[in-house]
Amino acid sequence: MARVLVGVKRVIDYAVKIRVKPDKSGVVTDGVKHSMNPFDEIAIEEAVRLKEKKLASEIIAVSCGPTQSQEVIRTALAMGADKGIHVEVSGKDYETLQPIHVSKILAKIAQNEKVDMVIVGKQAIDDDSNQTAQMTAAVLDWPQATFASKVEKGDKEITVTREVDGGLETIKCKLPVVISADLRLNEPRYATLPNIMKAKKKPIAKVTPKDLGVDVSPRITVVSVEDPPVREPGVILPDVDALVAKLKEGGHV
Amino acid sequence: MAYALQKILKSASGGIVTRAFSVSAVQKSSEHPNGFNFELNDTQKEIQAVARKFAREEIAPAAPHHDRTGEYPAELVKKAWELGFVNPHIPEHCGGLNQGVFDACLVGEELAWGCSGIATAIGSSCLGQMPVILTGTKEQQKKYLGRLIDEPLVAAYGVTEPGTGSDVNGVKTRAEKKGDEWILNGQKMWITNAGVANWYFVLARTNPDPKCPAAKAFTGFIVDRDTPGVTPGRKELNMGQRASDTRGVTFEDVRIPKENVLLGEGAGFKIAMGAFDKTRPPVACAATGIAQRCLDEATKYSLERKTFGVPIAHHQAIAFILADMAIGVETARLAWMKAAWEADNGIRNSYSASIAKSYAADVANKSASDAVQVFGGAGFNSEYPVEKLMRDAKIYHIYEGTTQIQKLVVSRSVIDATKSVA
Repeated sequence: MARVLVGVKRVIDYAVKIRVKPDKSGVVTDGVKHSMNPFDEIAIEEAVRLKEKKLASEIIAVSCGPTQSQEVIRTALAMGADKGIHVEVSGKDYETLQPIHVSKILAKIAQNEKVDMVIVGKQAIDDDSNQTAQMTAAVLDWPQATFASKVEKGDKEITVTREVDGGLETIKCKLPVVISADLRLNEPRYATLPNIMKAKKKPIAKVTPKDLGVDVSPRITVVSVEDPPVREPGVILPDVDALVAKLKEGGHV
Repeated sequence: MAYALQKILKSASGGIVTRAFSVSAVQKSSEHPNGFNFELNDTQKEIQAVARKFAREEIAPAAPHHDRTGEYPAELVKKAWELGFVNPHIPEHCGGLNQGVFDACLVGEELAWGCSGIATAIGSSCLGQMPVILTGTKEQQKKYLGRLIDEPLVAAYGVTEPGTGSDVNGVKTRAEKKGDEWILNGQKMWITNAGVANWYFVLARTNPDPKCPAAKAFTGFIVDRDTPGVTPGRKELNMGQRASDTRGVTFEDVRIPKENVLLGEGAGFKIAMGAFDKTRPPVACAATGIAQRCLDEATKYSLERKTFGVPIAHHQAIAFILADMAIGVETARLAWMKAAWEADNGIRNSYSASIAKSYAADVANKSASDAVQVFGGAGFNSEYPVEKLMRDAKIYHIYEGTTQIQKLVVSRSVIDATKSVA
């Protein structure tokens, strides 16, 4: 049975209207509703289903961030993860935390905990990086199965169906492996009340990047954060010829 | 009366706090243990979040169908049962959550936001269970509560009759002892879950002597649905909460084993009344859920609908209607929270529970009527969500103790408090 590490990120809730801070340094996060990245919910759900099929033995949920990140770890525990690890990164360090740092952190924890599978969401809905799974696999020198829409686990390998631009691709990877969860992989369950109560007793260990030997000094500087340009109104044209002329003018044809 | 209230307030705040008029650090007496607190803890927030998600994603979309057809929401009750919403108070030795009234009410308010009829279908098993939870023996609890944990079954509370509701003393259903059994005969009416329950709590008169005081004349029984002689009537077509299964039940020479008597012969009245202190807060919180839904729908609509060149929310007449709704929602919520908190902390809460229930019912009804008003002509129409809220809200003035009964409880409490100080 595989030991599974799942990365979960606390992000602004998908339903919230994002507002840019007046000083253009970022988006407003104070007092704004946050929740688990939806693709990470799918990742946890897949891990829990593996455990229910007796293909996984233990699920460890990891989150990197400030104290509030523990909320998403607790949600993961309520969905069925066995224990949590909170990697404390706060303040300025958190503002410039990038997949390059997170992937090293996840890789170190994966080695420490001797896991066989790392499952993360394909991207976070705040930065849309789509890098963490790939970088983590590279650091560990493990195979990677990204954009997974179906995962079947054999004894020492997995068969994954990936959603790619051209359609669906099916690959086989030997364990240990890194997987990134795509939208149609599964539908995450609700945490039940009994599981929420049980989750209170599950342990959440606290570590720092320093403990893991990972340097989280910034590799980027945020220059400015702005709203996207306001959408221009459309123009109603008299006929198809006028449309073709306009398209040629604009260099689109 | 003012003096009596002063006395109550004085003892509640632990003595008058003298305040030094300093501009620096506020002396927060609430920071000491047992002070007032208006914040939910993390677990409560998680529980509320799950209920909220379930209400918005599962209940609200299905509600119009069940309201139109009256179909019992069996699928949703099963899902709610899987999530742990149906049986919050069952003791741990039966496999239950043993949740408090407050946490169950947090769930109840959210579910009622989705649809109070479906929420009633999910939550009313609790009412039938309460006598067994409060007074059942370990064997009775294991048998009748355990099976509700093992399978998505529900219970029902059978006290009201065609001829008597508020006047519990007027219950005519009778039970006669015959050897090791009791023979039950009579009729109950307006019983929620009557058609779908696995067992009922039934209150019957066991002392036929009309001079026998109510406190000794009735007995509480657990009656299995499939006992011969138990006949639920047709599903009643009500004004609102149409998803909920409400029927009459007839009992004809129903044989009940003596093991199914709760507490003992003659203890029925006390059991029936005692359950209410725990079950009135959940009804108050459901009414609050309706009011919140009214506020949300009306606000949303008022920002979309334009008249005289602006969204109607910008007209003060409409804005003030929204303000009144919000004031009602906030205060109704505080009222049920206090009543529920008292129940969980072993404080006699009849006074608070009656205040909460009667107030929340008024708030729900007024908010629903106002929501229809904000929607205007559309509000009267079945394609818009608010006319259903108005039909659903009315029952809160009536069941679980009519508003008039609640006011009796409150006024008696106030008068007794004054008399005891004289």
